[in-house]
Amino acid sequence: MIKLFKVKEKQRELAENASGGAPVKKQSAGELRLHKDISELNLPKSCTISFPNGKDDLMNFEVVIRPDDGFYLGGTFLFSFQVSPIYPHEAPKVKSKTKVYHPNIDLEGNVCLNILREDWKPVLNINTVIYGLYHLFTEPNYEDPLNHDAAAVLRENPKMFESNVRRAMAGGYVGQTFFPRCM
Amino acid sequence: MADTTTSVPPSRSRDLDKLLLRPGNLVGPRFEPGTELRDDLQTFAKVLVVGAGGLGCELLKDLALSGFKNLEVIDMDRIEVTNLNRQFLFRLEDVGKPKAEVAAKRVMERISGVHIVPHFCRIEDKDIDFYNDFSIIALGLDSVEARSYINTVACSFLEYDSDDTPREETIKPMVDGGTEGFKGHARVILPGITPCFECTIWLFPPQVKFPLCTLAETPRTAAHCIEYAHLIKWDEVHHGEPFDPDNPEHMKWVYNEAVKRAELFGIPGVTYSFTQGVVKNIIPAIASTNAIISAACALETLKIATECSKTLSNYLTYNGSEGLHTKVAEFERDKECLVCGPGIRIELDPSITLQKFMDLLEEHPKLRLSKASITHRGKNLYMQAPPVLEEMTRSNLSLSLFNLMGKLPNDVVHVNGITSKNDQKTTCLRKLRVVFKGVDGVTDMDTAGGA
Repeated sequence: MIKLFKVKEKQRELAENASGGAPVKKQSAGELRLHKDISELNLPKSCTISFPNGKDDLMNFEVVIRPDDGFYLGGTFLFSFQVSPIYPHEAPKVKSKTKVYHPNIDLEGNVCLNILREDWKPVLNINTVIYGLYHLFTEPNYEDPLNHDAAAVLRENPKMFESNVRRAMAGGYVGQTFFPRCM
Repeated sequence: MADTTTSVPPSRSRDLDKLLLRPGNLVGPRFEPGTELRDDLQTFAKVLVVGAGGLGCELLKDLALSGFKNLEVIDMDRIEVTNLNRQFLFRLEDVGKPKAEVAAKRVMERISGVHIVPHFCRIEDKDIDFYNDFSIIALGLDSVEARSYINTVACSFLEYDSDDTPREETIKPMVDGGTEGFKGHARVILPGITPCFECTIWLFPPQVKFPLCTLAETPRTAAHCIEYAHLIKWDEVHHGEPFDPDNPEHMKWVYNEAVKRAELFGIPGVTYSFTQGVVKNIIPAIASTNAIISAACALETLKIATECSKTLSNYLTYNGSEGLHTKVAEFERDKECLVCGPGIRIELDPSITLQKFMDLLEEHPKLRLSKASITHRGKNLYMQAPPVLEEMTRSNLSLSLFNLMGKLPNDVVHVNGITSKNDQKTTCLRKLRVVFKGVDGVTDMDTAGGA
């Protein structure tokens, strides 16, 4: 290809100030795939999505879940999503922004959802992740605990777990931990 | 053989002369042996080495010794003590200095006549034009992200003719090397001709991720203890302060916490270097693997530039003592690759509105695409869902597509929607090369990059 390089070098010297249509950095394949995921979202009424940085930044967004069933009925829970340029090779990073008394969500907002970590597959999408999160509220499970205390209470005394959840959502202490109101 | 080179002044490298001054059976169609070729290689070939680590050091040295005189190197890292065993251009007194700068200086000191420009920055910090200046880009990287980024950049220079053949002068060849312990690969990427990185990204195994609850509740291995400290404990203690894997104090903190955790659960094996390995996803690098892979990459670079022999078709994998395989089965291009593929060419009247354009997609014989969402250069022109984005983009429907696309005579848009295949409705994502009729007169040259 050396002849080509030679020709191009000459062209460059000639056209140093000519071109106006210079190439621009294109969207990554990850951004395009995310665009597809977002434009095909089909969320239940209890979940809404918003884009704090406007309509052209899809890589960072927020999801609000208002469970319509179960222990967490009446609560409002905010999650932040961060999507990498090599999505879907890598799962989106999801954090809970609402402090919640939940066996599978710790007080720092880490979420134990298998499809966000060990079971992520590129065929999954944003819709499946949001459904997965929704599912955590309708069916919290004590077998994969991130909040050890909450999991123990749910396992041993579901009635007490329920009243703890109500107290936390209304804004109050469960044990030593204060939970801001989220109803 | 003795007489072939007597009539011309020998260069520093006899071996290079054997390749460049003599005819051969495996040469490319445009190969013309002689001193002009040797000189042109020095004058006109400009190679960028991405990464100045284990592979990068080898690559710079190998390319400089293979007749390339114009080299540049880009790397964002500074030299660490642990690099010195294999990144042979660096000395103890260089610790803390930028890798790119020291590597360039050392190679220039040892190999006269070679000019190397270092760039101490992130690959994303450079304008796309920076990358267009090089004849060939050689990659000595260690992450999928960085490869994917450079690949997208290199493919964005690619242009296709109106009959979907790639325009040769817009092809930016890449040579990609990679090593993991005793294993490695070398690969030639000619965007538009051979599969690009994105065509075969599925080849990379997914990263191992432990369930968070295992880390929090039932750690069984040293790696579990380290990831607990890194992913859970760090946030608990350092509210909001992001963990920086390149900050030794952060790493020390994670190590200490991991040790405590390991003691609590009676788990052996947490060391500082293992902590670094787990957190940064490092696989031990072996100097000789780097040397072998780099040699293969440098040779491919020379072959692409001079056509003195056929290039790899289109990769080799090296498996340490088990041997090597190449020419087994070629990687194949993804015909619908969003990054390097031609996409579908559509000629449009500049007066068309976005809504009309979407109607046209439904009727287009190659597309039959309904419920289209459309994006152009990172701007969402129309989104079918979710409702909040549909509302924000709805007003675009009555606007002119030509104006929405910044009045460019031709450019790439991406659309996704629903199409029918054998009476089955499926969703799809397509790249379109939009050409506006009668604008600017350059209708036969469309940018293809697009992804």
